[in-house]
Amino acid sequence: MEDYSTHEHDVLIIGAGGAGLRAAIEASTMGASVGLVTKSLLGKAHTVMAEGGMAAALSNIDERDGWQVHFADTMRGGQYLNNWRMAQIHAQEAPERVKELEAWGAVFDRTKEGKILQRNFGGHAYPRLAHVGDRTGLEMLRTLQDHGVHQGLDDYQECTVTKLFKDGNRVTGAFGYDRESGQFRVFKAGAVIIATGGIGRAFKVTSNSWEGTGDGHALGYEAGAELIDMEFIQFHPTGMVWPPSVKGLLVTEGVRGEGGALKNSEGQRFMYDDIPPLYENQTADTPEEGWRYVTGDREARRPAELLTRDHVARSIVREVKEGRGSPHGGVFLDIAWIKEKIPNAEEHIKRKLPAMYHQFMELAGIDITKEPMEVGPTTHYVMGGIRVDAESQMSSVAGLFAAGEAGAGLHGANRLGGNSLSDLLVFGKRAGEYAASFVNEKGLGELDPEQIIQAQEEALAPFKRQDQATTLNPYQLQFELQDLLQDKVGIIREETSLEEASEEIDKLAEKAEMVAVDGNKQFNPGWHTALDLKHLLTVAKACACSALARKESRGAHSRIDFPDKETGHWAKHTIGLRKDETGKMKVHHNPIPEIPEELQKIIQEQG
Amino acid sequence: MRTATFNIWRGDADGGEFKEYTTELSEGMVVLDAMHQVQAEQAQDLAIRWNCKAGKCGSCSAEVNGMPKLMCMTRMSDLPTDEPITIQPLKAFPPIKDLVTDVSWNYEVKKKITPFKPREPDFEDGSWEMHQSDVDRIQEFRKCIECYLCQDVCHVLRDHHMHEEFVGPRFLVYSAALEMHPLDTEERKKELREDKGVGLCNITKCCTKVCPEGITITDNAIIPLKERVVDDAYDPITKLVQLVTKK
Repeated sequence: MEDYSTHEHDVLIIGAGGAGLRAAIEASTMGASVGLVTKSLLGKAHTVMAEGGMAAALSNIDERDGWQVHFADTMRGGQYLNNWRMAQIHAQEAPERVKELEAWGAVFDRTKEGKILQRNFGGHAYPRLAHVGDRTGLEMLRTLQDHGVHQGLDDYQECTVTKLFKDGNRVTGAFGYDRESGQFRVFKAGAVIIATGGIGRAFKVTSNSWEGTGDGHALGYEAGAELIDMEFIQFHPTGMVWPPSVKGLLVTEGVRGEGGALKNSEGQRFMYDDIPPLYENQTADTPEEGWRYVTGDREARRPAELLTRDHVARSIVREVKEGRGSPHGGVFLDIAWIKEKIPNAEEHIKRKLPAMYHQFMELAGIDITKEPMEVGPTTHYVMGGIRVDAESQMSSVAGLFAAGEAGAGLHGANRLGGNSLSDLLVFGKRAGEYAASFVNEKGLGELDPEQIIQAQEEALAPFKRQDQATTLNPYQLQFELQDLLQDKVGIIREETSLEEASEEIDKLAEKAEMVAVDGNKQFNPGWHTALDLKHLLTVAKACACSALARKESRGAHSRIDFPDKETGHWAKHTIGLRKDETGKMKVHHNPIPEIPEELQKIIQEQG
Repeated sequence: MRTATFNIWRGDADGGEFKEYTTELSEGMVVLDAMHQVQAEQAQDLAIRWNCKAGKCGSCSAEVNGMPKLMCMTRMSDLPTDEPITIQPLKAFPPIKDLVTDVSWNYEVKKKITPFKPREPDFEDGSWEMHQSDVDRIQEFRKCIECYLCQDVCHVLRDHHMHEEFVGPRFLVYSAALEMHPLDTEERKKELREDKGVGLCNITKCCTKVCPEGITITDNAIIPLKERVVDDAYDPITKLVQLVTKK
């Protein structure tokens, strides 16, 4: 057996994006010793790519806003499959979490009165997103990082966790390797918080960085936790489509929040052609009314471009399919048109959307103050994840918590833009707090040496296959999986292709057992890819199984064979997945808890 | 199909050498794409650090034909392909493997800078009044993605290896953002002069030129910091007052 170093912490946090860092700060503040593991360098997590802002009903722009409106907007956006208690906690606590960031040094854009400025976003009734230009995620992550490193936590940078240890139904630690040196690390911990983010790398076209390989989802699942809502994958409507090398790169919804128009090849604002019944009362009748909304007319209703992401993405797919797309298979997103409406439009665009200006100028040679962008859907976010208790964020495995994108429940069938950053803060804090309390009460568990040996053998397997005759390249296998999910578990789905996908994923899982890598353990991306592949296959299977099971179309899940939203069974159930005794993925239908009367009333009042 | 040839530095802390790789080019390709293609097709274990591939995380810093660059924001169409393109790790930091360097020194330096401490909130709800004009200046500094290209190009670090005496442009910008933060109450002028080496910068502005975020590092951050530090330590009027009052 190879050497490994052992590290002991009260709370081990896997992932150092917004949720992980916020959890680390909270647990440290409560006196817990905290280990923070991150696959990248600290401060590089995918959170830095969040652009538009964080949703919180601060009511700085419109005093009619409040947690009740935010709650109702979130539930409506999630097509009422959300965990109502999480949606309530989130709406109530988000303003505090944003103000706290300011106390830690964050510098948000300001209103004329000197308060935190808030911007419009899809599905939010009032301007609600606290932001810094279009680089809000960076501001948030840097603030948490710079505050966090003075709280006494130990960070393990460029370290990947491959397995969780258990004692009975309790989590007791984790196994991982240092990416730089390849050395193994064994973590003994009283509680483990999964804050690993998303699964975007299971798809070919994605806005996610290499880190989004669903590690936390898979680790939790393997350790016995339940995954829910895995059929709901958010395809962000506006990713870059050209040139090929940047296909999928995110174009912030903030462009539309600032008045950006979606147009087809005939120059039509096609989003006004099809407004879903659930949003009829809240959406402008004409682009003119929409523009008045963007410029602060309180009587006007939101432009159709700010409908929820699931709907906008589907509308774009429709335009392209019916032959009204842009030259490179997307549609046009035009912010330059606002020069018809305001003086100094060019400067305004550069100030409000500096990163977008930069991104298109540098990578596509397009000046967005003069020309429209070409955009199309890109895999952005997974609503599904580890099922957790709303108050504590603990999963069904004792001592195992999840927060942020890896946790599930808040967003239901579709997440509203801006609700992710606030989710990270609100539930990151709660996970840190309850994990620290859990350890206070229960202490540390025991590590089982057998599990350590097994974890090590699994990690080393790709090297041991080097000499075998039938070995496969990990990168190629990853590409095959990405193509498969893109084609068969994408925006528009149907029974036959989902069944095929499910079978082909099983075959790829068999092939993954033949993956071999060259070189040694020192910073070896081939080896890293081979190990990540296992996680990707688990989440891919989870998406395909859940998408097959939900026989209706709702939110981000669209089935050609079941095009309508159901009012019966599927309106009242989420899909859960657990590993059964034989190692198979078992599908459950979980009834949604009844929404209490006073919250029902709030939802109806906000109709 | 058009191709490009790269001389990529392969090695580790014990040394290394340039190795030649040729790969196909496609439209809109950036250097990082080419490196990934080489990795997937020819050198599985080629070590590259990257994350967002969108110029937002500052992970994929390297030297492209000798210039410090983000590989994800350097388009192949902007490079001459008639001769091999050299790709090597940042020179100012110790190599770990191939294009990956040990940047941990930066984290240590940052930790030692006196952290932010706000004044008491202006309002009962724990918030403050700050105007856009009060924060414009530091918002520029806070755009920094910590790619450390400015650290790499700074001759005080790159050529003179004065990592003990000098924190480098990145952390002068960081200090400036704290010093000029409207809410901050801490005092950093003494540490800037004595420990952080603000005087060692001789304003060649190389850092400003390589900043992928376009931060005017020298003019907007370092020079004002130098002035503050000098005013604080050597202001003749203060000295005179001190002399007269014998303090």
